[in-house]
Amino acid sequence: MEVQKTALYNYHKNLGAKFVPFAGYEMPIQYKDGIVKEHISTRTHAGFFDVSHMGQFFLEGDETLIESLEKIIPADLKNLKINHSKYSFLLNNEGGIIDDLIITRTEKGFCIILNAACKENDIKQISQFLKKNHKHLLNNDLSLIALQGPKSVEILEKLISGVANLKFMTGSNFEYEGENLYVTRSGYTGEDGFEISISNTKVEKLIDFLISNKVKPIGLGARDTLRLEAGLCLYGHDLNEKINPVEANLKWAIAKKRKEIGGFNGWEKIKNLLANGSEKIRVGIKPDGKVIARENTKIFSSDNNEIGFVTSGTFGPSVNAPVAMGYVKSEFSEIGTPIQLEVRGKKYGGKISELPFYKKSYVK
Amino acid sequence: MSEKKFSKKHEWVSLEGDVATVGITKHATEMLGDIVFVEVPDAGKAVEKEGQAAVVESTKAASDVYSPISGEITEGNKAIADDPGSVNTDPEGVSWFFKLKIKDKGEYDSLMSKDEYDKFCKENPS
Repeated sequence: MEVQKTALYNYHKNLGAKFVPFAGYEMPIQYKDGIVKEHISTRTHAGFFDVSHMGQFFLEGDETLIESLEKIIPADLKNLKINHSKYSFLLNNEGGIIDDLIITRTEKGFCIILNAACKENDIKQISQFLKKNHKHLLNNDLSLIALQGPKSVEILEKLISGVANLKFMTGSNFEYEGENLYVTRSGYTGEDGFEISISNTKVEKLIDFLISNKVKPIGLGARDTLRLEAGLCLYGHDLNEKINPVEANLKWAIAKKRKEIGGFNGWEKIKNLLANGSEKIRVGIKPDGKVIARENTKIFSSDNNEIGFVTSGTFGPSVNAPVAMGYVKSEFSEIGTPIQLEVRGKKYGGKISELPFYKKSYVK
Repeated sequence: MSEKKFSKKHEWVSLEGDVATVGITKHATEMLGDIVFVEVPDAGKAVEKEGQAAVVESTKAASDVYSPISGEITEGNKAIADDPGSVNTDPEGVSWFFKLKIKDKGEYDSLMSKDEYDKFCKENPS
């Protein structure tokens, strides 16, 4: 398959981006400032992220569309208000997570933001449940820009009046340059911010404005350190088809009503797990000292029994210490439990930690 | 102290009597990005030419640091283990990695000069 590029590819190049292949796209891993500076400037000012590789999947239909989607998504879509968003997932028959996503109710149906690496399969999986009168479109004419950080609201309000009134996980249509664009107050960094769905033809102009307001471009490298400090999962690492929401410590994302009445893929299994707990569970991990426990690092109990493995690990620039997430046997998941991490054949101490590592500052 | 010599794996060596000081080059730090973890060897450890001797990690990945020369470690630079970011600031100065007592000065002589190393980096961009 040919490597794909987002509409901003040349723009990134001119900004000094270093590219890496990611989910079939050439994406910036970092710019000239480097990961730590990009991370810090997002937390202290604002940064923008080109996340146009993610799928913007639109669905239209009558009420039967809700029934169809609720078979694979355990959110309460019936009671989701127009312009409100939820974090949820696509589940397989075993309750495993096919992808994690953000679903927003639109006037005519729903918009689902899908992970780039998963989007084609996701659409296949969703389509199994769709009826003939349900229309769907993966819109590749749209870019998706995340603007994140404490100054985001002040800056974007100057350009698009009214965005400051949006609350976390809600969105609205706005007019920009004679075109419609859709803005949600959301993101994946633990900061206040927005995701802006904008046509490929207008996106450069938006970025010009952001840069003129000292908003830095942020690559995938800092996106990873930011989301990990915020305790957020990365699909393909912390989540996959063999992990269910209970194990992933994401049962909060299954709607209360759906936990009671089910009716979605994997419900039998998940019902049982909700009642009895799972054997393993996702936890936060803080290594002692400076050692970084990266993905696949083995986790041992203090009496040297292997109890799990790391799924994401890096240095957290705002925490100013290494941070990690992983799965351990549930009896070792209590916060403060001492553990050992095997890095390069040597065991280092660490502790099960609260998530997030960095306190979120959403506007609710 | 002698002039610095360079390896293809982006380490530098300087020599004072039979004690060599080894670090990673500025070019290496630019490729690595922000350095967030360093592990240096303890005194007394024997290292072989091109053998693994230390570890350096950036936000992106972990890399081994090899010794361009064989010998016995006399000191690891604990200061960079405490402040890994200092390797980005002054990689070819105060942020050396380790010192070792060398066995064969010929190994040092066979390394690249500054000019040769610069040319090597230009020809092998990564």
